Amino acid sequence: MSSSTIYALSTVYGKSGVAVIRISGSEVLNIISQMSDINVSMIKPRHAYFTSIRKKETKELLDKALVLYFKAPHSFTGEDVTEIQCHGSKAVLTSILNELSKLDNVRLAEPGEFSKRAFYNQKMDLTEAEGLADLIDAETTMQQKYALHQMEGNLRTLYSTWRENLVKVLSYLEAFIDFPEEDIPENLSENILNTVFKVKNEIEKHLQQNNVNERLRNGFRIVITGETNAGKSSLINALVKRNAVIVSDIAGTTRDAIDINLDMGGYPVIITDTAGIRETENPIEKQGIEIAKEKISDADIVIALYDASRNLNSEFKVLKDYNGKVFYVANKIDKLTSEQINNIDDKKHIKISAKYNQGIDELTNSIIETIKDSFSTTSNYLITRIRYRKALEECLENIEIFNLNKEIELAAEDIRLACRAIGKITGSVEVNEILDKIFGSFCIGK
Amino acid sequence: MNKYDVLVIGGGHAGCEACASAARMGAKTALITHKIATIGEMSCNPAIGGLGKGHLVREIDALDGLMGRVIDKAGIQFRLLNSSKGPAVRGPRAQADRDLYKKFMQKALSEQENLDIIEGAVEYLIIEDKVIKGVKLESGDCFYAESVVLTTGTFLNGVMFTGHQTSIGGRVNDVSCKGITAYLKAAGLKVGRLKTGTPARLDGNTINWSVLDTQNGDENPTPFSFLTEKIEQPQIECYITSTNEKTHKIIRDNFSKCALFSGLITGVGPRYCPSIEDKLVKFADRTSHQIFLEPEGYNTNIVYPNGISTSLPADVQEEFIHTIKGLENVKITRYAYAIEYDYVDPLELNHCLKVKKLDGLYLAGQINGTTGYEEAGAQGVIAGINAALNALNKGAEFVVDRSEGYMGVMIDDLITKGVDEPYRMFTSRSEYRLYLRADNADLRLTEKGHQVGCVSENRYGVFKRKKEELSNAIRFVKETYLQSKDIDKYSLPIKKEGGKKTIFNLLSCDSVSRETVNEIFPELEKLSDDVFEQICIEAKYAGYMKRQNNDIEVFKKDEGIKIRKDIDYTKIGGLSREMVSKLDKVRPETIGEASRISGVTPAAIMAILGYMKNN
Repeated sequence: MSSSTIYALSTVYGKSGVAVIRISGSEVLNIISQMSDINVSMIKPRHAYFTSIRKKETKELLDKALVLYFKAPHSFTGEDVTEIQCHGSKAVLTSILNELSKLDNVRLAEPGEFSKRAFYNQKMDLTEAEGLADLIDAETTMQQKYALHQMEGNLRTLYSTWRENLVKVLSYLEAFIDFPEEDIPENLSENILNTVFKVKNEIEKHLQQNNVNERLRNGFRIVITGETNAGKSSLINALVKRNAVIVSDIAGTTRDAIDINLDMGGYPVIITDTAGIRETENPIEKQGIEIAKEKISDADIVIALYDASRNLNSEFKVLKDYNGKVFYVANKIDKLTSEQINNIDDKKHIKISAKYNQGIDELTNSIIETIKDSFSTTSNYLITRIRYRKALEECLENIEIFNLNKEIELAAEDIRLACRAIGKITGSVEVNEILDKIFGSFCIGK
Repeated sequence: MNKYDVLVIGGGHAGCEACASAARMGAKTALITHKIATIGEMSCNPAIGGLGKGHLVREIDALDGLMGRVIDKAGIQFRLLNSSKGPAVRGPRAQADRDLYKKFMQKALSEQENLDIIEGAVEYLIIEDKVIKGVKLESGDCFYAESVVLTTGTFLNGVMFTGHQTSIGGRVNDVSCKGITAYLKAAGLKVGRLKTGTPARLDGNTINWSVLDTQNGDENPTPFSFLTEKIEQPQIECYITSTNEKTHKIIRDNFSKCALFSGLITGVGPRYCPSIEDKLVKFADRTSHQIFLEPEGYNTNIVYPNGISTSLPADVQEEFIHTIKGLENVKITRYAYAIEYDYVDPLELNHCLKVKKLDGLYLAGQINGTTGYEEAGAQGVIAGINAALNALNKGAEFVVDRSEGYMGVMIDDLITKGVDEPYRMFTSRSEYRLYLRADNADLRLTEKGHQVGCVSENRYGVFKRKKEELSNAIRFVKETYLQSKDIDKYSLPIKKEGGKKTIFNLLSCDSVSRETVNEIFPELEKLSDDVFEQICIEAKYAGYMKRQNNDIEVFKKDEGIKIRKDIDYTKIGGLSREMVSKLDKVRPETIGEASRISGVTPAAIMAILGYMKNN
């Protein structure tokens, strides 16, 4: 553990300018050699090298960057250190950080870990200890806030439920181990296996769905839905300001879901048009509606578009099961009187005329704000999210090797480590919590 | 002359180990007890060991303590708990003959060099200028020493409850100790109340044994001590019965008469050792609870009914016990009682079990908020060694940390987290459970104990021979490869793909017998069973141990950074007031210890490190 190489983004995460990724540890030269064009046998410490940064396996180009190497012990941490000064775009940073996370014995730094290493190697003059502590405190507090408060409500519930279930399983296993003489029901193993299996499946699914790296790389998913002729294609046209979709007044022209990639305020976005939601017996259209429903369930944002010249305020049954962000957008206000326009509830609805480019800026800005919010406004968010992901992956690794055919103390060790991993997000698991559960569930007391 | 290096007050399980350890260290030691005849008394359950507890006994033994050797001579039913589970969670346990245990413990103490045993009740502590100088007895006699170890058990202001009847005393038929608490409070120590209890005792001649199920000991009893080769005592049987709905009704009808529910007892009792009334309240839907009937010895008819401790009045005890199968006509020889006593908040202690606010004063056993003979004994060893070091070699300390033993886990838990119920050892308390095993306690601790001087040359010699045999054997099995023809010939459960496999790899498989291994590698035939088993265990856990060793390495680093004793947390910038008060309450001695205090953040740790560097 202490010997692993750590990395972190040292600059504020954002779209513009230069970003610095700092890496410290024995793997540094290896990383430079694998991910850049620099010949490390010739590398001079404290010299700047302009080089390509590449994927380790495929050598796919990720960015052009300035790389500096500091040889141990003449570095901030006293270990080998490299700084990669690359472009500050989210996509670049994400792909480089992601690549680093895949390397053996290389991991994201814990809060304050660079400083701690510096301290251990007696490299750090802590004259500004207060400032440093403040800095780390800020980082930690932020993480705690994320862990406990700012995490989206459903995510928080989800993680807590997994933790709760794993702790319960662990308490069962520990009860079997520590109280062999007591009346502990023997038939718990099915319960244990089911619970663990369920948590495993859910985490796996969650990791696939909730991949922020993937979102940053491939875009946030915006789905436009609405009745036939609500003007979906016109809206997309207005949004992309180019005729990428055929516009027609004949109902049912846009039958298939079609993806369009956009850059909105620096965030990659995929806009998907759907078939009109319309009760129909036409098998082709029915199929289109099913596809639309599926797309909606995958969406980060749904634009529910309707023709305001037909209904001033409209409801969407198709969104009944959808929990994400929905914008209700009243189109074709150019066909309305100003009195009618005023009757549209503008707290809930955004009023536009796709045809005449009215209200498109407001809609665009709302979308960008939502994406920003979901990303959070702070620079640590990406890091935090990667940390969540790492924690969940670690949790999963331990669950995957768990079974009840091995010795029970090893099975318990798997679950304990899984709990510890998820505890990095939700707060650690104390022995007392396990004991509370044991004494609460079983009658101990020979 | 009443001048000693070390005084140990109290002759219970903590006191016995403390005085013996101090004396083994070469300190001139005196044990002062109110009654010599009850030294080594098993006040509650006549048994030693169990899960976590058995581990502690092995560790006491590894440091040349007495408990393991004594129970090996006094045990009348040995069982290795969890023998069907893996080696890390196996715990030796033995029923004891109560009289034999006491006898062999007293014999061991009487044979110990450097040790005087004095009868008398200590009522005064002589403290000058935050340093303990000695103690004064009720009789007026004074004894002086560099170090004093208090092991008062349940005797500090002990009050016993049977129903609403209370009596003063630290144990049935024994007095309590009133004076000491006042001195501890005066020295600024936080003192609280805890509760425990013990069931009634039964006359075995009046039990209808024929209707009860028996529980036998192991065919091949596993000794506790690394020095014991074989258990010589004949083994007896125990019996099992259970409560029924009739029993439960009687107890429920009389809830109002319990000392516990009527609010008479304010101290907190242990959840893992609940009274029968507690069990009925917490598990109201259960219609029966197990009771183990454990004979107290060869030459006594007294039986300990394990599972029905209570604070109900005598008449209710009579009534409900007689509803139990086999006990219909039983004669109760002594009623159950609950006992409440003073303890010192263990946050007042350091890793040596020294009181931080006073020099020379050490505490061990129930006074620190623990329960159990084994927990007490383990603390006794640590307190005794450190008391001796304080007298003989000022400045030196003997600390067992969390990665070295259950002793370390227990003491660290006590001094960083405090207690809110009597603390008992469980294997789940250890994060390094796969390494802290009963089987390798000697490998973990004997060398360390020998270095500090608490392990005799005799034991060290035995240990060194075993260790050498083991390390040679490990080298051999790790460096010797299996031949493909042998894998086929003996159909060994090992894959031929993925590189050459060693004997070590082979030994990690459960299904391989010692005979097969001997046949393929006759070199291993001469290995002792003990060493062979040790290798198999290491092989079995090898994958998991790698990770655990990494964790231990990280742990050791923080543990190695000492915090100055006089550090002023208010002077450290960046620490919130809450953090300052937490740190000030515990006053951790190392960075690792500080980081385990609940609520102390990584940032606070950095701030402390920074402050220490600059000052």
